Amino acid sequence: MTTAEAPPATLRRLPIIGWWRDPWRKPRLLAALAWTYVAWTLLPVAMAIGMSFNSGRSNAVWQGFSFQWWWGHPAFDPQGSLFVDPELHAAIFQSLRLSILATAVAVPLGVCFAIGLDRWHGRPAAGANLLMMLSFILPEIIGGVAMFMVFTFLLKFIHLGTVAQLLGLITFEISYPVIIVRARLLSIDKDVEDAAMDLGASPTQAVRRVLLPLLYPAIFASAALVFAGTIDDFITVRYLSGSASSEPLAVKIYNFSRGTPTPAMNAATTFMLLSTLVVVAVALTGYLRVTKGQRQEANEAIGGALF
Amino acid sequence: MSARAKRRKGRTRPAKRSDSWLPRWYWPAFALPGVVWMLGLFLLPFYVVVSIAFGTVDPLFRSPLPVFQPWFWTGRYMAEEWDLLTGDFRAVELRTLIYVMVASAICLVIAYTVAYFAARCTSGRLRVAFLVMLAAPLLISYLMRMLAWVELLQPDGYVNRILTSVHLIPRPIHWLSGMSITVVMGLVYGYVPYLTLLFYGFLDRIDRRVLEASRDLGASRVQTFVRVTLPLSKPAILAGIVITSLPMFGDYYTNNLLSGSPRTTMFGNLLDNAMGSTGQGPEAATLVLFLLLVLLVPMIYYMRSSSRLAAG
Repeated sequence: MTTAEAPPATLRRLPIIGWWRDPWRKPRLLAALAWTYVAWTLLPVAMAIGMSFNSGRSNAVWQGFSFQWWWGHPAFDPQGSLFVDPELHAAIFQSLRLSILATAVAVPLGVCFAIGLDRWHGRPAAGANLLMMLSFILPEIIGGVAMFMVFTFLLKFIHLGTVAQLLGLITFEISYPVIIVRARLLSIDKDVEDAAMDLGASPTQAVRRVLLPLLYPAIFASAALVFAGTIDDFITVRYLSGSASSEPLAVKIYNFSRGTPTPAMNAATTFMLLSTLVVVAVALTGYLRVTKGQRQEANEAIGGALF
Repeated sequence: MSARAKRRKGRTRPAKRSDSWLPRWYWPAFALPGVVWMLGLFLLPFYVVVSIAFGTVDPLFRSPLPVFQPWFWTGRYMAEEWDLLTGDFRAVELRTLIYVMVASAICLVIAYTVAYFAARCTSGRLRVAFLVMLAAPLLISYLMRMLAWVELLQPDGYVNRILTSVHLIPRPIHWLSGMSITVVMGLVYGYVPYLTLLFYGFLDRIDRRVLEASRDLGASRVQTFVRVTLPLSKPAILAGIVITSLPMFGDYYTNNLLSGSPRTTMFGNLLDNAMGSTGQGPEAATLVLFLLLVLLVPMIYYMRSSSRLAAG
């Protein structure tokens, strides 16, 4: 700094100026901004969770505590509460069914895809990789519309509904396990498999009994991500619903929110959040259990793949 | 050596692979189910979209009649759509572009500031706690986060109550009836969490010794930031722009939930409306193709840069 920019002597004695010019001062302004950001992102959500226990019909103004929007009696509530209203009840099961089935198919498919892409070189492999990456970054509405059109006009034997929704979800979630597992494969030494094969394992045995256990952390992480992604999805699933009976909770919430949502919708979103948290907790427990001793590199591989 | 052989040699790993005795199909076989899946359910749908865009419409039911043989393709509906895209839809396209640019810019500034704090000014348990709070919105569904704002911004909601009680505004503002500022805020709120974590991951990896060297050599905090940190984070900023703006271009739900008025219609809304009404099958298909073509450039850029980052 040049002396020309220095404030006059009288000003320099003010504590605020001295504080500002201190090269080792603590970054209080930055800290304040960062914590404001955290409050801004999380407080509205906390209030929305609280509103699910509202006793009135409004989800904008607090009117007292009650559980009526979770399991209130349908006779008193024409619009129904989350666990009692038959429509919402069915939607919960549809959500859980879609997420569990999509995770169960997308993760194994993606793990195999990742192992194949890691060791298969050449033009076709590059093309397959390009296709996978494209499905990862494509805005979901484009994929959803294309899926709707293929099931309505070409593959007509797959009717819109649960099967079509599942196929759509799996297609757009497959890239998560592929990317995470590939990142983990880069950090695994190929010699381990070679040693297994030297000791008499067949290549398939080496993959199943040596490589797969090393991939468990990545598999747990991607299963949690796929579940969280599918239970919240409404873009693809809404186009592929066909009828109201196959709409999962997320689609119901979207449809109701555009009218006049009741606190039952808050209860529904809270329920989805809780199921995501349960799955993440289970995956995290599994992750911590299988990564004992190799946590650092597993963390780095997965973190590096995602961000 | 032919050019092709040279290229192939450059691509294989330097160490001789110990599994060269395996049959050639062994590793490709692992990828086969995934490849078949992606060809049948990811690539094929786009061929159907093209066939509908270049196809005709049933004269009676107004439903699209896709034409799967390229030699029978007609450009009739395509030409109509092109007129719309370059005429009536101009205003919507421009609005989408402005919203996305403003929202991405705000996202960048907010996310960079927060990530900088997390990477430089926290450590130990505080850092873990802060990162968990940064990642928390990713587990909360997008719908829930939008619904939360719908509730806060109601005419009798808490935002209006607080603003009127401190006399900043004389009477409640109707935030949810077609205000651009609400939609842009919603877009920022929706997409900024992805960016904070991306930036954190990048800033955390910058070597601290580079920054110390800069300070040792006499640069001030601000100079170090402007001349060292910021240039170093250029790849992350470019990737961040692509990651936030791509989904915003196709976003219709933020707009529908927070405004729903034709005054704030975005491109995604045009597409969603075309999907919701009969007789507009070719229109939806053409809009999808148009959006895909426009976004192809940033998508290819992102894929190239991310593969370069992974290789380097």
